[in-house]
Amino acid sequence: MLILECPCCGVKGEETEFHGGGEAHIKRFGPGSSEEEFHDYLFAKENPRGVHFERWRHVNGCGKWFHVARCTRTLEVFGSYSAQTTEPPQEIRDAITARRPGWRWREFS
Amino acid sequence: MRRYSAFAVAREATRYHQGWARAWRSPEPKKKYDVIIVGAGGHGLATAFYLGRNFGITNVAILEKGWLGGGNTGRNTTIIRSNYLQDPSAAIYEKSRSLYETMSQDLNYNVMYSPRGVLMLAQTEAEVRGYKRTAHANALQGVDTEFVSPERVKQLVPIISLDGPRYPVLGGLWQARAGTGRHDAVAWGYARACSDMGMDIIQQCEVTGIRQDGGKVVGVDTTKGAIDCDKLGVVVAGHSGVLAEMAGFRLPIESVALQALVSEPIKPCMDIVVMANTVHGYMSQSDKGEMVIGGGADGYNNYTQRGSFHHIEETVRALVETFPMISRLKMLRQWGGIVDMTGDRSPILSKTPVENVFFNCGWGTGGFKATPGSGWGFAELVAKGYSPLCEAFGLDRFREGRFVDESVAAGVAH
Ligand SMILES: Cc1cc2nc3c(=O)[nH]c(=O)nc-3n(C[C@H](O)[C@H](O)[C@H](O)COP(=O)(O)OP(=O)(O)OC[C@H]3O[C@@H](n4cnc5c(N)ncnc54)[C@H](O)[C@@H]3O)c2cc1C
Ligand SMILES: [Zn+2]
Repeated sequence: MLILECPCCGVKGEETEFHGGGEAHIKRFGPGSSEEEFHDYLFAKENPRGVHFERWRHVNGCGKWFHVARCTRTLEVFGSYSAQTTEPPQEIRDAITARRPGWRWREFS
Repeated sequence: MRRYSAFAVAREATRYHQGWARAWRSPEPKKKYDVIIVGAGGHGLATAFYLGRNFGITNVAILEKGWLGGGNTGRNTTIIRSNYLQDPSAAIYEKSRSLYETMSQDLNYNVMYSPRGVLMLAQTEAEVRGYKRTAHANALQGVDTEFVSPERVKQLVPIISLDGPRYPVLGGLWQARAGTGRHDAVAWGYARACSDMGMDIIQQCEVTGIRQDGGKVVGVDTTKGAIDCDKLGVVVAGHSGVLAEMAGFRLPIESVALQALVSEPIKPCMDIVVMANTVHGYMSQSDKGEMVIGGGADGYNNYTQRGSFHHIEETVRALVETFPMISRLKMLRQWGGIVDMTGDRSPILSKTPVENVFFNCGWGTGGFKATPGSGWGFAELVAKGYSPLCEAFGLDRFREGRFVDESVAAGVAH
C-alpha cells in the first residue's frame, strides 16, 4: 500500500485518498508543432522500471494536484512536491540520489 | 518426441512412470539464430511454434529471464472469448478462439480448453445498449454471440441475484463457445512442440541490450552472453517499455499491476464464466472447485507484481452483491501480474523503428485468450514482414489516429 503526503495541505494518507494522474513533466505541444512532437507528447510514455515522476490528485482531501517521485520497481516513495514546477526540485533529486546512487536526472525538453 | 496417449499412460503405469522424457530440452545458447524471441510466455512460445509450423523457420531461440510461463501467462484467470467490437479485433480473437478448440490435438498436450460459455452482465442501461451493439457487430463478423434476458441469465447462473440494490441485472451478452483453458498447459504444450522442432528454449537468460548496426538489429546482450540474430521478436508483456528503451524508442504503453484471487474449493455451483464489467469483477469455478476471481487493474505504474489491497476489496464487495452465497467463502491466494496497457485497449503487433525488430505487446489485461491467434499472426509478420491479422495493430496507428477502440468491450480486466 502506498502512503503519500500531499504537499498542498500537508496530509499524509494511504492511496485511496488519492488518484494517480500518470507521468509528470510532460512538455505540451499544441498548434504549430510537428506531427512527431505531437505524437510523442500524446503517446510516447517513459514507463520506466525504476524512478518515475508522476502526477497525483488529493481527491478525497483538498482536491489539489501535486507531484510524486516514486520507484516503480520497489514502490519506494522518494518524496512529493508542488505541481507548480516544470522539473523536480533539488531536494527531491538529492533524496533520489541518496537512495539510488548514480541515478541521473534526464534531460527535460 | 514421445507422443502422449492413453496407451503411454498405461505403459508407464507398468514401470513406475520411469519412462517419461523431459517435455523440452534446456540447451546452452548457440552463437547465432535466424530468429530470437524474447519472452517465453504463451505469446512468445506460440510465435516460435508458428514460425516453425507455418513457415519452416526452426533455427529459433526463445530467451526467458525467469521461468517459462512465469509471467502473465501463469497468472491470468484464463478467460477465452472473442466478443469484441471492432472488426480487426474480432478477426484475431476469433482466430485465436478457434485455434483453442483444436489445440490439445494440435500440440498432443491437454490444455483443458473448456468451452463452457462466457456471460457478460449488463447492469446499466448504457451497458444494455453497448452489448446489443456488440451482439449486432459480432453477427456481422461471424462471431456467435447473443443478447439474453434476465430470465435466461438466471437459468444460466442459478446462484446470481438479479435485483441487487445498486446494479440490477438487465440482461447479458452470451457467447456459448467461449470458456476457459489451462494457462500453464498452453505454455508447456507450445514449449514441448517448439523444442521438438529443434528450437532452443533458454530460461534464466535475461536480455539486457539490443545490438544494432546501421539501424538494423544484429543481436542481443544477455546474462548468458551476446547472441546474434537476423530478426528479433520481442514478446515481454509488462516489460515491453524496458525492451523498447534498449532498442532506442518509446511505446504508447504503461505497465500496471492486475490482481486475481481464488477461494477455497467448494462443490460445483457455477458452470460458466460470469463477468460484471460495471462493478469491475468477474468469476468462474475451476475444476478443483475454487472460485477464480478477477477485477480491475491498479491505478499507477508498477513493476512489482504486487497490487493494492483496496482493489481486491472493491472487486469482492461488488461480487458479493451479485452472488450473495460467496459472502462466507475464505480466500486462499491472491497474486498480481504486470500488464501492458495501451490507450485504445488493443494490442501492438508491429514493425518498429529498428529494422528487423518486431514487438508483440499491449495485450494488457486480456491477452491469454489471444495466445494462439497472436502467435499465428506475429509469426507471419516476423517471417514475411506483413500479416493481414496484424495489419490494424501497427505502431503507426497512434500517429495516424486509427485506433482500434476496445475500451468498451475490454472495459474490465480479463
Ligand atoms: C491477474 C491477471 C488476470 C488475467 N486474466 C486474463 C483472462 O482471464 N483472460 C485473458 O485473455 N487474459 C488475461 N490476462 C492477461 C494475460 O495474462 C496476458 O495478456 C497474457 O498472458 C500475456 O502473455 P505474454 O506471453 O505476452 O506475456 P507473459 O506471459 O508475461 O510473458 C512475457 C515473458 O517475458 C519475460 N521477460 C520480460 N523481460 C525479459 C527480458 N529482459 N529478457 C527475457 N525475458 C523477459 C517475462 O519473464 C515473461 O515470462 C490476465 C492477466 C493478469 C495479470
Ligand atoms: Zn491535499
